[in-house]
Amino acid sequence: MAIESLYNKKVMEHFLKPKNLGEIKNPSGVGRVGNPVCGDVMELYLKIREAKSKKLDEAKIIQAKFKTFGCGAAIASSSMMTEMIKGKNLKQALKISNLAVSEALGGLPPIKRHCSVLAKEALQRAIASYQKNKAD
Amino acid sequence: MRVYLDYAATSPVKPEVRKAILSYLAQDFGNPSSIHSWGRKARQAIDEAREKLAKLLNCKVEEIIFTAGGTEADNLAIQGLVSKYWENRERFKENGKQYGKQKSEKGKSNFQFPTSKPISNFQELISLPHIITSQFEHHAVLKTCEILEKEKKAKVTYLKPNREGIIEVESVRQAINPNTVLVTIMYVNNEIGTLQPIREIGKMIETENKKRVKEGRGRIYFHTDAVQAVEYFPTDVNYLHVDLLTLAGHKIGAPKGIGALYIRKSTPVSAIIFGGGQEGGYRAGTENVAGIVGLGKAAEIIINEKKTPAKIQKLSEYFIDRILKEIPETELNGSRKYRSPANVNLYFKHIEGESIVLSLDLEQVAVSTGSACTSLALEPSHVILSVFDDPKRAAGSVRFSLGHQTTRQELDFTIGKLKKVIKHLRKISPYGQSGQKRG
Repeated sequence: MAIESLYNKKVMEHFLKPKNLGEIKNPSGVGRVGNPVCGDVMELYLKIREAKSKKLDEAKIIQAKFKTFGCGAAIASSSMMTEMIKGKNLKQALKISNLAVSEALGGLPPIKRHCSVLAKEALQRAIASYQKNKAD
Repeated sequence: MRVYLDYAATSPVKPEVRKAILSYLAQDFGNPSSIHSWGRKARQAIDEAREKLAKLLNCKVEEIIFTAGGTEADNLAIQGLVSKYWENRERFKENGKQYGKQKSEKGKSNFQFPTSKPISNFQELISLPHIITSQFEHHAVLKTCEILEKEKKAKVTYLKPNREGIIEVESVRQAINPNTVLVTIMYVNNEIGTLQPIREIGKMIETENKKRVKEGRGRIYFHTDAVQAVEYFPTDVNYLHVDLLTLAGHKIGAPKGIGALYIRKSTPVSAIIFGGGQEGGYRAGTENVAGIVGLGKAAEIIINEKKTPAKIQKLSEYFIDRILKEIPETELNGSRKYRSPANVNLYFKHIEGESIVLSLDLEQVAVSTGSACTSLALEPSHVILSVFDDPKRAAGSVRFSLGHQTTRQELDFTIGKLKKVIKHLRKISPYGQSGQKRG
């Protein structure tokens, strides 16, 4: 039986050929979430360019990369998240909900929805680490 | 090439079995309880199947109870024994003044607790019956035990396996207390394939029971879930010293939906499904004639088959050796020596099991993480957790299970695909690739 009865084509694409895979040297922000006890671990690296206005919200994500330990849905969610936030400023990026990630993937099985939540949390943490660096 | 390496989840119906079954799905459709010729034909088929199973287990025909599968057989063994215990205790309470002069049921099990002598230990009367099992049993056993605990019908000790994935006889012995009525330990673990010392545990319990009988106390009964063991290890119930033994059809080339429980004569077990009184009153419901015929045929094949286990042993040795040699940072879960030849469970460091299963599936290789039953739940394997206490290992382990149709070509094909998949997934993982020191 076709794999689509488990994960749809889009999810499988991002699982098999994840976009933006890897790490960024000297990243502006890093978010590491999850733990092996709950199943998945996600690391999100961001390169952020400061806005001319110096406003934190307007700083722009110019590069995003990830590494994930997890199931097919977790890997696909990470990949999709990095695609969605590239080129967005922090305010816009933070508006992306986990549901939006799931929808962009054409939907995840109900039991796997938490994977998109993990991607959202990784983003929040990565941006928080950037803001903390700036504040320091 | 398409490769199926998930025989521990289920196996194809063997061609001989299929052939034996067919007429019972067509012209020989009778209800075995009917008196007419259709009914008699079906009854005869069941009798013959029971004889074959009795031969496989070296027991009497009336000690075989057909069920709707392994899970039901486990439930009948455990729930049935505890239920009978309470029935007897209630009856004893009513006849309390007579101290154990209870009448035995006609022709049926003669429960030995309460005893023919005055109870020496009053504690036995007021406390719950005690069950000993292991942390890595199949959920059919674990959930049943948990429910009995929740309903305050029994106390349960869950033994921890050692690092080799084996329940030591000594740990069972030490867990026995005066209220222990049942020990239930699986024969071969369904996920990691380790072989448990069933005969040794059985003999130890027998020694304990001799003492108890002398003291006029009730016996301990011994159940084993032998679902994964039947094809590869001795199933003589007298050799094993077991009172109850579970079998499932679909793991041995019979259809799904049929299983059996061996109940040694005079083991106190009550029915848990009620109705028409089939299967000697132990399991009501019109018999699954085709399934029973299939299970009988599968048993007959196992009795006559001598070559397959050795062939599978050779194949799995080859498979383990090659993988451990050719894929870095990989370990075998469970004892190498005491294991089912059909099971190879491997831990691939830094990556997660489902992503391996999914990738292999796309390469036309079917394997599983843990047991098929747990793949819908999100929890990491309770089996690997119980052995290693390592959630990363529980999440990163994959089971390859071999069967009759497995060939060396299939294993070579699998190893090729596996190397590719593992390499790719390790690139995605934050825990790093081989050589890197991270995580």
